[in-house]
Amino acid sequence: MSLPKRALVKWRALCALSLANMLEYRAEIYLWVLASVLPLILLGVWSRAAQSGAFPLSSVEFIRYFICVFVVRQFTFIWVIWEFEELVVTGNLSHQLLQPLNPVWRFLASHLTERIVRLPLVAGVVALCFAFYPGAFWLPRPLDVLRATALLGLAFIARFWLQYMMSMLAFWSERAAAIEELWFTVHLFLSGMIAPLDVYPEPVRRFAELTPFPYLIYHPVNLLLGREVNLERALVVLAAWGAFAFLMQRWLWKRGLERYSAMGS
Amino acid sequence: MRRYLRVLSAFWRTSLLSELEYRLNFLLALLSSLGHAVGNFFGLSLFYHGQGSLGGWPFFQALLVMGTFTMLSGLSRVLLTPNLQRIVEHARTGTLDFVLLKPIDSQFWLSTRRISPWGLPDVLFGLSMIGYAAHRLSLPATSLLWALVPLSWSCVIQYSLWFTLASIAIWYVKVHNVTEVLNGLLAAGRYPIDALPPGAYRFVFTFIVPVALLTTVPARVALSQATPGGLALAAAFALGAFVFSRAFWRFALRYYTSASS
Repeated sequence: MSLPKRALVKWRALCALSLANMLEYRAEIYLWVLASVLPLILLGVWSRAAQSGAFPLSSVEFIRYFICVFVVRQFTFIWVIWEFEELVVTGNLSHQLLQPLNPVWRFLASHLTERIVRLPLVAGVVALCFAFYPGAFWLPRPLDVLRATALLGLAFIARFWLQYMMSMLAFWSERAAAIEELWFTVHLFLSGMIAPLDVYPEPVRRFAELTPFPYLIYHPVNLLLGREVNLERALVVLAAWGAFAFLMQRWLWKRGLERYSAMGS
Repeated sequence: MRRYLRVLSAFWRTSLLSELEYRLNFLLALLSSLGHAVGNFFGLSLFYHGQGSLGGWPFFQALLVMGTFTMLSGLSRVLLTPNLQRIVEHARTGTLDFVLLKPIDSQFWLSTRRISPWGLPDVLFGLSMIGYAAHRLSLPATSLLWALVPLSWSCVIQYSLWFTLASIAIWYVKVHNVTEVLNGLLAAGRYPIDALPPGAYRFVFTFIVPVALLTTVPARVALSQATPGGLALAAAFALGAFVFSRAFWRFALRYYTSASS
């Protein structure tokens, strides 16, 4: 078998395995979906605030915005750092190192297949939102859905490599996940998760646009809403961050393995 | 009672010592809390551009609610979350046997065994928000002191909800995910309940996940706007939730069969 073909066979086996695994743990995954209700709370607060105040978005637009935030977030949700930290701290990484496969591909496969398991509940929550606010119902244009899917796919990959890069810190510190908490704090306020960037004061908004965060939430959401988005720029920015993180994690992985001495050995 | 206090101080001293091993992480946690406080303050201010308001609450009154929320979530990170993992471990490995054999209330032991200083910055920033808001509203000190009464109920409610969910560990070891759902829903407590649309939203966040009682009621007392109905509901909820958490723990223990059986 040629090399790419062998890689493909391995990859398909990995994905099939992860999918079976994830289906087994679907109850947990559903709980994770339910734990990410923040956008739905904000949906209520902002749509009500917009009825009395003067904001760039109308009440209905806020409802649609936050429904999209809820959906988009489901696709960019990454947890590899906690799993990797545990592998290093407990020394279980050693078992994986014995296999002729970099453990990162397992993580990537489980993150990818987990999205499929999530889909039914996400669809259910969205349906419930529209049942609750029938006036906000709309269908994104097929072309926008296609463009948003492309951007979301890239956002997922970039975010995965960024977090995996930070996971490498586990070789040096026992609590690498603390860095992710810090990252997430910034993400929360600059990505457009708590409010569309349109309502931000101009300087804050311009600052946020310099970071990768709005490309993970705000811009994909705007695509789904059919608003003006510079898709090319978004794709380039995300690809650049993803490539940077990918190269960094490879470098850090090599440095880290030299330091790694499994617990108990 | 004396014995419980002595045990408590021993628990807290040992867990503080072990957490202080990770000083760099404390710095990261501090930065993260600071980021959250600044972000939440900023997020709140966004509602007040162009004559906007949060359910009729002026900015500094709403800040009082947000400060209460920040402080309560910090307290739960100090006192509650560090114990969850251990409850799960005890239930999974069967070492709960040893806890049950101790001459001390098992619920007390499990809920107080560990504390973590990681949430302290949140408590501090929450108190600063409350202090700043109280200063800008020139609230009298007596109203703030009165607010401590419903605030203690809030602590009881939060604890009882959390421990009731933690008891599920007897059946389901991945209970961490269940408490994450609770945390996700409690996030609504950073806004006054009037900021939410009337109807289903307010019903859920008053009676099912009672964030209205956790943060809005203490803030109303500090503002001298409390209604007897709201106070009575908060007191009754606190009492009921606490009694329920104890009863539910006893009930869960009936299903505990240790690990080897």
